[in-house]
Amino acid sequence: MREITYEQATLEAIQEEFRRDPKTVHMSTDLPADLQGEFGADRIRVTPIAENNFVGAAIGLAGSGFRTVCNLRMATFGFVALDQFMNHAAKITYMFGGQAKFPILYRMTVGAGISAAAEHSISPYSMYMNVPGLKILLPTTPYDAKGLLKTALRDNNPVISFEHVLLGGMTGEVPEEEYFIPFGQAKMRREGSDVTVVAFAKMVYDALEAAEDLAKEGISVEVIDPRTLAPLDRRTILQSVKKTGRLVVVDEACQTCGVAGEIIASVTSDKDAFGKLKAHPARVSGLDIPIPFSPPMEKFVVPDKAKIVTAVKEVMGR
Amino acid sequence: MELDKKTLIDLYTTMLTIRRFEERAHNEWAAGTLFGFVHSYIGQEAIATGVCAHLTKADRIVSNHRGHGHCIAKGADMKKMMAEIYGKKTGYCKGKGGSMHIADFSIGMLGADGIVGAGLPIATGAAIAALLEKKGSIAAVFFGDGACNEGEFHEALNLAGIWKLPLLFVCENNRYGVNTPASYAMSAGDITRIPEAYHIKNKVVYGNDVEVVYKAAEEAIAILRRGEGPFFLECETYRWHKHFLSKALEDLRPKDEIEAWKKRCPVAAFEAKLQQQGVMTRADADAINQKVLAQIEDACRFAVESPYPQPQDALEDVYSA
Repeated sequence: MREITYEQATLEAIQEEFRRDPKTVHMSTDLPADLQGEFGADRIRVTPIAENNFVGAAIGLAGSGFRTVCNLRMATFGFVALDQFMNHAAKITYMFGGQAKFPILYRMTVGAGISAAAEHSISPYSMYMNVPGLKILLPTTPYDAKGLLKTALRDNNPVISFEHVLLGGMTGEVPEEEYFIPFGQAKMRREGSDVTVVAFAKMVYDALEAAEDLAKEGISVEVIDPRTLAPLDRRTILQSVKKTGRLVVVDEACQTCGVAGEIIASVTSDKDAFGKLKAHPARVSGLDIPIPFSPPMEKFVVPDKAKIVTAVKEVMGR
Repeated sequence: MELDKKTLIDLYTTMLTIRRFEERAHNEWAAGTLFGFVHSYIGQEAIATGVCAHLTKADRIVSNHRGHGHCIAKGADMKKMMAEIYGKKTGYCKGKGGSMHIADFSIGMLGADGIVGAGLPIATGAAIAALLEKKGSIAAVFFGDGACNEGEFHEALNLAGIWKLPLLFVCENNRYGVNTPASYAMSAGDITRIPEAYHIKNKVVYGNDVEVVYKAAEEAIAILRRGEGPFFLECETYRWHKHFLSKALEDLRPKDEIEAWKKRCPVAAFEAKLQQQGVMTRADADAINQKVLAQIEDACRFAVESPYPQPQDALEDVYSA
């Protein structure tokens, strides 16, 4: 099968859907030359740096029958538009009694690892999970990025795709033929029997490397990638934990009030799953501090293979 | 150009309908029948009326927390409005929005919005849609002087300016953000200095004269439909009541100022003018009033007789199918 980058995969999803549906608009602060060349400046609009405005404009376009893709670049810029995200995009379907549909895809990058410091590095998806009405994606592979964005571009709700800054250039297999990945279906990245490791985005790769090392020491790790946070596939996680009896959640975001805590709570508050636990669940999260600039410090505050190995061994009692 | 009799009577009827609707809402609130916040539009009726008279269903508006008048002027169903204000299942939003969040997308009413200034970015989107549809339709956004100090307001003006959006900015300058005077809160002083700075055509009119608003909006909307937009129309007006109906909220505006503006009532002034000009007799006015009151009575009866939502109805409509 052909291999393309994660970034190319997302572009293809948009191109295919924009060819199919002429009532689609793209807004971003920088010029996506490939898109504007094909679809023209009317539909592919370069906006001023005014995030609240174009995040809100997408809502007005949606209410007027158009589907919009907004690329905010970085999740830290998304905070500038929190009024439109939290007060409007998330609530507008509900508040108006479901009388209109709001098909919007917002995209922004998350994560650390490029020495961009705190105002250009963050993983804030759990904040958005706390605001019902948004669908939230966290694609890991080029294949998932395309399939999830294709689904988002047919969905009738505001969807936010959080894309890890280190994954954009990564290549992977993506079929030529059209496909869609449904929301709320976790992907088992590696099957195992001793410990369930739930990991997101870039952390999936670290978890898989850790699983490889741990296999050499006789520990069988199952790696689950939820792929979407809203909806969140709790069922697959519960099934896996009931099988393995152990859980480690790996998330690059800060630990406090993060999705890792939510997943552990889902397991420990499930009577069956709780009864089958052989050890306390563990979190491997980003430290509760802003992302620092200098590489030694930046590397220190986010999870990596070694931290995952340590956490798995701990719940294994080794 | 003088307006024909039908237009004049229609304008009067719409203004009176808004007035009577708001009076009824006020009375129901005072009687303790309503929940939550009700922001009265009394005093500002000429603005929604004069602007929306030029709009078709294909034109879209975005309103604000003080939105009942815009809904009525755009042609919303008062039964569904009143039911929503009462929190009933038959309301526009099935009781999920209330007074501050009435919308009717089928008539191009994209919603009242409870966050000051937040409707402006949304309205730019409706105007982009109008631009792309290439059918000569437009968007209009209603906001107050308070919104003019929000960042979203400036972002929307800037975007409308660079993209020549067919967007009518209707600033209902009622002189206060809650109790804070615009004269204190706004560095620009005259509001139209702001659209001027953004190279947006603009005009200030006396917002309590519906004919003046109607004619100004007509000219502005013609510019928009020719693709020469946007346009900023500032309408000077005053709200008679507190920011929202409340026993706890104090009205800190000068009493003599409130009384002086009540004497400049847009509805009474227009009624007197129409009678003086022989467009409408006292009997005509009475007949219109009776008809309007009957419609509002119907709307209230519908609201009262409608069921409340079931508690578990709260779980529906978080997402669209």
